[in-house]
Amino acid sequence: MPEQLIWGMEVFLNGLMAGVLYALVALGFVLIFKASGIFNFSQGVMALFAALTLVGIMEGQVPFSHLINAAFGTEIHHFGWHVPAVAAILLTMVVMVALAWLVNQLIFRHLVNQEPIILFMATIGLAYFLEGFGDIMWGADIKKLDVGLPQGINSTIDEVTYNIFGYGFFIDNLDLWATAVAALLVIALVIFAQYTKQGRAMRAVADDHQAALSVGISLNFIWVMVWSLAGFVALVAGIMWGTKSGVQFSLSLIALKALPVLMLGGFTSIPGAIVGGLIIGVGEKLFEFIIGPMVGGATENWFAYVLALIFLVFRPQGLFGEKIIERV
Amino acid sequence: MLDAGRTEEKLLQVNNIEVIYNHVILVLKGVSLSVPKGGITALLGGNGAGKTTTLKAISNLLKSERGEVTKGSVTYRGERIQDLAPSDLVKKGVIQVMEGRHCFEHLTVEENLLTGAYTRSASKADINTDLELVYSYFPRLKERRRSQAGYTSGGEQQMLAIGRALMSRPETILLDEPSMGLAPQLVEEIFNIVKGLNENEGATFLLAEQNTNVALRFAHYGYILESGRVVMDGPADDLRENPDVKEFYLGMSDEGRKSFRDVRSYRRRKRWLS
Repeated sequence: MPEQLIWGMEVFLNGLMAGVLYALVALGFVLIFKASGIFNFSQGVMALFAALTLVGIMEGQVPFSHLINAAFGTEIHHFGWHVPAVAAILLTMVVMVALAWLVNQLIFRHLVNQEPIILFMATIGLAYFLEGFGDIMWGADIKKLDVGLPQGINSTIDEVTYNIFGYGFFIDNLDLWATAVAALLVIALVIFAQYTKQGRAMRAVADDHQAALSVGISLNFIWVMVWSLAGFVALVAGIMWGTKSGVQFSLSLIALKALPVLMLGGFTSIPGAIVGGLIIGVGEKLFEFIIGPMVGGATENWFAYVLALIFLVFRPQGLFGEKIIERV
Repeated sequence: MLDAGRTEEKLLQVNNIEVIYNHVILVLKGVSLSVPKGGITALLGGNGAGKTTTLKAISNLLKSERGEVTKGSVTYRGERIQDLAPSDLVKKGVIQVMEGRHCFEHLTVEENLLTGAYTRSASKADINTDLELVYSYFPRLKERRRSQAGYTSGGEQQMLAIGRALMSRPETILLDEPSMGLAPQLVEEIFNIVKGLNENEGATFLLAEQNTNVALRFAHYGYILESGRVVMDGPADDLRENPDVKEFYLGMSDEGRKSFRDVRSYRRRKRWLS
């Protein structure tokens, strides 16, 4: 087999793995969009906030320590204990649910029946607030996140491929884990949305706030639930990205990569987020591999956006998005 | 005056309510009405008379439109319901079918119906029984149970909206403008179903309707609203014979066509003083 083709296969596989990570972020967007028609600009920041909180809890960091030290002239930074990963993840989840409740109580409860653009603006505000709040609470320095997920080259795949092709593929263990987690997450979410009472209510709320109210669905409950779910997805994305590239401000920018994923997959489809992520991941890696050398490389920066642009022209609802129903 | 078999028990009482939107726009200026158990009560009047607002004031859907009941009271079985959340009201057996259908477009017909049972903690078997009951009243919905509600016709959506409300096993249904945008034949069909539900299931209806003619044929009692006030009320048969109603709402006149100069102005009865 020609070497080029084998390398291409490796690039393809790595693209799939990268796509899964994009999809994880996109999922959070889809959830909130489906249930409240809100495009949640703050999803990326929520992932950052979740990761910061997780590291903070694991390391036993004192929240707001900079603030406290500045105000009282003390020098406290750590409680001096370490929390095991599983417990810290659970605690972080509690924080994310509390955040969801607060967001609903302070912002979205007052914006029922408002234009989508107003809700969108509110999430932009929330993104900036959360960014600053995360910094004040846990500090702005770059942190290392290690919840015990295996990292580095997967030796089994390396060996197997070496035996077949005479060339070992480099596949990161973390990426494999991310794939498994994403798959589980998607299956769970799809089952929840399609086949449970609350999931159905969630979709009903997305279609028509007023009608949902009129049949006795409590918007507050559904919204807190949905924001909690989005917080949970943000936490998962935060763990994966944080482990891969450290917990730092740029984590919130991965949300930008989720945009083309959403345009491809459709804003309203959970499987769409995954397929969109995979297409973008594979697409940009293969494009860089094949076309990149001809144009001087760095195509990964723009490939996704151009692809999304093309999709917007020809299929604005995305691959799996709900058709825009318009009756005359 | 009421039909035999129907009790005189007043389920729902609206006492002199005033509704203001956005803190400035006064829409209802003292509306009182009562809905007897097991009856079909019609709320009539032209555009902007306050029919929808009255229904929403009862079902407490005003808040999300920045409206507010500032005076008067609404009671159900003698209990004040103004401060209840819509979901609590649904649990109490009062549900509104909103004007313009408002189906959940992306849910299938059956999923739409199931959301109607959201507040109930009934078993799956019970809910399936109720589904079948709804399908027996609206056989067309059964044929289309798997299609997305957004793709069904206007008549089917109206049926779906009523069916969805039925799934909550309501005692009282507030039905807003069921005839809106439907062909006369369909309007007749829908009203016949409403009548059937009233007679066979004992459902109480308060229905807001612009189509005075149809509404008065099916209702037992009627209230006529004009710019936020009740200007007339009475048993449906009496209203139909009333010369004012005939002239202004049914478009009939004993004396044939008249010159515009001779058109009478309304003899208003100040109900809010009585």
